[in-house]
Amino acid sequence: MKVELRDIRKSFSPERAALEGVNLTIQDGEFLALLGPSGSGKTTLLRILAGLDFAEAGSILFDGRSMESVPARERGIGFVFQHYALFRHLTVARNVAFGLEIRPRKRRPAHAEIRARVERLLDLLGIGELGGRYPAQLSGGQRQRVALARALATEPGLMLLDEPFGALDAQVRRNLRVWLRELHVRMGLTSVFVTHDQDEAIEMADRVAVLSAGRLQQVDRPERLYANPATPFVHAFLGETSRLPSIVQDGVARIDLVPSAAIPTNCRPGRAFALVRSHEIGLLPGPGPARVASVHAAGPLTRVHLRLGELGIDVLRQPESWVPAIGETCDLDLSRATIYPLDPP
Amino acid sequence: MSHRAVTTERRSTKAVLILLTLVLMAVLLLMPLVVVFAEAFRRGLPAVLDAIVQPEAVSAILLSLLVAAISVPLNTVCGLAAAWCIGHFRFPGRGLLITLVELPFSVSPVISGLVWVLLFGANGWLGPVLDRAGLRIVFAMPGLVLATLFVTFPFVARTLIPLMQNQTAIEEEAAITLGASGWQTFWRVTLPNIRWGLLYGVLLCNARAMGEFGAVAVVSGHIRGQTMTMPLQVEALFNDYDWVGAFTIAALLSLLAVLTLGAKAALEWRIGTASGGLL
Repeated sequence: MKVELRDIRKSFSPERAALEGVNLTIQDGEFLALLGPSGSGKTTLLRILAGLDFAEAGSILFDGRSMESVPARERGIGFVFQHYALFRHLTVARNVAFGLEIRPRKRRPAHAEIRARVERLLDLLGIGELGGRYPAQLSGGQRQRVALARALATEPGLMLLDEPFGALDAQVRRNLRVWLRELHVRMGLTSVFVTHDQDEAIEMADRVAVLSAGRLQQVDRPERLYANPATPFVHAFLGETSRLPSIVQDGVARIDLVPSAAIPTNCRPGRAFALVRSHEIGLLPGPGPARVASVHAAGPLTRVHLRLGELGIDVLRQPESWVPAIGETCDLDLSRATIYPLDPP
Repeated sequence: MSHRAVTTERRSTKAVLILLTLVLMAVLLLMPLVVVFAEAFRRGLPAVLDAIVQPEAVSAILLSLLVAAISVPLNTVCGLAAAWCIGHFRFPGRGLLITLVELPFSVSPVISGLVWVLLFGANGWLGPVLDRAGLRIVFAMPGLVLATLFVTFPFVARTLIPLMQNQTAIEEEAAITLGASGWQTFWRVTLPNIRWGLLYGVLLCNARAMGEFGAVAVVSGHIRGQTMTMPLQVEALFNDYDWVGAFTIAALLSLLAVLTLGAKAALEWRIGTASGGLL
């Protein structure tokens, strides 16, 4: 199902973030991540799509049809809640059957048909043996699958997932990511999922929509998001980034703390700042403004923590590359930094 | 002792404290109950049976049952509605509404009765109007129901308000996204979630409805065989020096209280085991 959001606005309420001018088109069959820090409005946007919350302005179209006056129960969506919201008084099988059992008689499949469909779904999700259990008797990962099965049972045109892995531990999370991505493809779904975890978004989504303070910063394919961040927020939010004050003059950015740096830029003249990812900072042996404060192993890489005047900067070194000793000074190669104007026009 | 206690008080201190509690409980709680039954049965079972079948006693028992039968369902529905409203919506005056729900608990029962006399009595605000229409509210059954309704209103609402928020509300949203209508959501998700709490509230409401004295005494008018509920009948018989009669009705009321307590304990146990303390 193709989903269009046009100029969605929701003003501030004490509990939830505001949204401002959100325009977004989700293609049929797409797996889109809504990425942003907590309070950025991503869950609000998801709830507006579901019809559980309402925008003050703007419109939502499902396959070209306005959802303005369509209540949540008639939108044909599947919603997976952050804490699953399973019905505690029903068994797993009855939970999954719920969406079918409540249909009006004319549209309700026969009893045996419902049973068969629930069984098929539970098998598909790898929890075929759990049908008779109650939610309280399941682990987090199992509950997550039940919640998915329940949402899928009504064959929704759009799946909405609110932090689907938020409550799971790291190992289970990684396994479920791959599995959910495959499920999405196999069932031909259109899915939107909310996350604050950039790795999750980049690994799973066809496209990522980055939200900050209620505004869409950038909607792009994960690799482009990383390579060509549209705003400093996106740059800093994806990947570990250091920020250095700088001044732009005659198309060159200079950094007070690193006198050797002269970075060509088309940023307008005046006060600016440089953003550079930890693994993009080069270290040059010899005298320089940075002093090594500590050195740690970070997986296959080495993390070097530098003092640069008042600032602390982390640099990640590739295996085999030169690593300075603690207390040593060195110079920085900042040629891969991006320069942003300090005061937006 | 094979295991060590966390507290360091001497065992004698503990023993004294426990004994004191037990004695107090026996004197204050258990003894009155025993006295009620002992007094009722002092002249044997025939006297008790005879006291129960007295027309006035039968009338009091039936009236109490009728008042409870009207006010408990009404308060159940109203309590559900109030709790649902408070649990689901944020609106101006919500805090005030929560306080108002509990008002009957803090107001003296006498006042809870008196307001109806002032409103509907012969010299009350609406008295003349009602008189012309030929309606009697005070010193009649409707007054008893009104007073009971007022006094017992908080029980259901108060038990349900905390249950209606949080998890129940989230499950309701889940039901809606799955296509459930408002009523389907209520019957299939809300009610099963709150059923034990609801039953608990209804039990307490019923116990109070049967046992209420103060508010009912004011609006009753004490017309024997007509507007006397069981607690009022106990007082009347007691004043007549009809000990067996008074204590027989009292014993019936006590029996009801004990049964309610038993049911409540069973429910609490059920709630505790069924949902792991998570109601």
